[in-house]
Amino acid sequence: MRASAYAILLAALSGLVVLTFVGSLLIGPSDLGMAGSLEGLFSTETSLAQLVMYEIRLPRAVLGLMIGVTLGLSGAVLQGFLRNPLAEPGILGISSAAALGAVLAIYTGLSAFFPLALPLAGLAGAFVAVLLIRALTGANGSTLTLILAGVAVSAFAGAASTLVLNLSPNPFAATEILFWMLGSLTDRSMTHVWLAGPFMIIGWIMLASLARPLDTLTLGSDAAATMGINVGKLQSFAVFGTAASVGAAVSVAGAIGFVGLVVPHVLRPLVGSVPSRLLPASALGGAIVLLTADILVRLIDPGHDLKIGVLTAMVGAPFFLWLVYRSRRNEL
Amino acid sequence: MTLLSLRELQAELGGKQVLDGISFDVAAGEFVGLIGPNGAGKSTLLRAALGLIPSRGSIMLSGRDGRTLSARQRALFVSYLPQEREIAWSMTVEQLIWLGRTPHRAAFRPVCAQDRVAVEAAVCAMGVEEFRSRPANALSGGEKARILVARALAQDAPLLLADEPTAGLDPAHQIALMRTFAELARKGHAVVACLHDLGLAARWCTRLVMMAGGQVVADGEPRSVLSPELLRKVYQVETFCAEHGGGPIVQPYDLASGE
Repeated sequence: MRASAYAILLAALSGLVVLTFVGSLLIGPSDLGMAGSLEGLFSTETSLAQLVMYEIRLPRAVLGLMIGVTLGLSGAVLQGFLRNPLAEPGILGISSAAALGAVLAIYTGLSAFFPLALPLAGLAGAFVAVLLIRALTGANGSTLTLILAGVAVSAFAGAASTLVLNLSPNPFAATEILFWMLGSLTDRSMTHVWLAGPFMIIGWIMLASLARPLDTLTLGSDAAATMGINVGKLQSFAVFGTAASVGAAVSVAGAIGFVGLVVPHVLRPLVGSVPSRLLPASALGGAIVLLTADILVRLIDPGHDLKIGVLTAMVGAPFFLWLVYRSRRNEL
Repeated sequence: MTLLSLRELQAELGGKQVLDGISFDVAAGEFVGLIGPNGAGKSTLLRAALGLIPSRGSIMLSGRDGRTLSARQRALFVSYLPQEREIAWSMTVEQLIWLGRTPHRAAFRPVCAQDRVAVEAAVCAMGVEEFRSRPANALSGGEKARILVARALAQDAPLLLADEPTAGLDPAHQIALMRTFAELARKGHAVVACLHDLGLAARWCTRLVMMAGGQVVADGEPRSVLSPELLRKVYQVETFCAEHGGGPIVQPYDLASGE
């Protein structure tokens, strides 16, 4: 893998991010047309087009971009950190805990009175989960302990969410909870962006700082430690960076599966399997996939508000099967 | 100059005392073979000296307290070749060897001539020029072992601790590796290697430290440490010892007859 080929790959991915981001701004059910959309975005007068752009499409596109980056980046970091291509952002249990927080906000009716209670409760859920994981593993716990703690937190939070669904007072609340759990970017406002954005950016900075340490981890944790890497700090950054960014992402959009698993997997051979090179590529790839999926849910069945989490799993799972099939064939 | 100085080093693993008061010094120019039967505590000794496992006692690296050094500072004084030949991702051999330069490269510091020289020297020393652009995971076990040694050499620390570096290599590559380590020592570095092959240890090391039951039972010039009597006592084997081609030949040939 030459450095120039890598630069071309990143440039191509960046181009696709811009393309899908603009696509996300221009495509929607309100039928503004391309000219109308652009006019709404850049005009200074208040108009319907401007309202649609700033209240509906811009926050949706920005969140799609940021959540895609979060899922792609954290997936790549966790696969590198755990040295396991099956790791994904949900493995630490933070997604499930954030979802539980949000579900509780819907169940208690808090989100009906105060809409931001939902993402705030999600963030609180992620925060509790990360404290719990740290308490279970300690600062220098093994990766196996970390995965087991994550599985435990994930199972408990998942069961608690199902219990809430089970006990929900009426079918409407149950439907709302269920739909929220499927993951969606519909009807989010700029307030959601301002709320989740800072957490995601802090998480990105922590995760991106792990690029070179993750490279040394290729040779195992002992070898990395003797190449000057503080392995305890690496683990803390991986856990807290994931908690901040993925916790915030789930809090505003629900748990969107498969992106964080499949995207790093697909891009790994294209960056020569070097973990540090995979981070930026996977962040951009995550954004492309999520923005594309969000455009598709608007195009496929605009009347039914198809959930993006459903779409990513519907497309991601068969694609993943194909990857498994291909890798098996390569081994033969 | 003393590159490694251990005093009364003690360590426990799972409640069992694995190191029971180890003390010795390694000076620049020495190629020390760490020998002893399975479970003697050789690997644990290396890992404790590197701060990878908790231990008690004093660890000095190039005159500095090893316990207060940061991971990066320590990596400038000592490099380590683990026994497990783990390569998680299939990066190219060249990229893998470059990982050895990590402690020398602060964040965002570009590659400098010194990095290139160290990597080229390591590549040449291990004779891995021909597969430098191949994916590391596509190599055979012996080839993997050699590129991992090259990675440790590229780190260019004054002291190298190697855990069974010759395991899985053919005789030619075993001897080539021992020569490389001996040459490294001649140039003023020091190497401490856990070895199971007593023949290689006898022939190439400048000094042997024999461990048993977490203690040093013999320490000195190879010919004096590898006596048939001591090997019978420590390893429970009968050994043929001779001189040939300007060096000692040591070959265990049977289990010691029980008394």
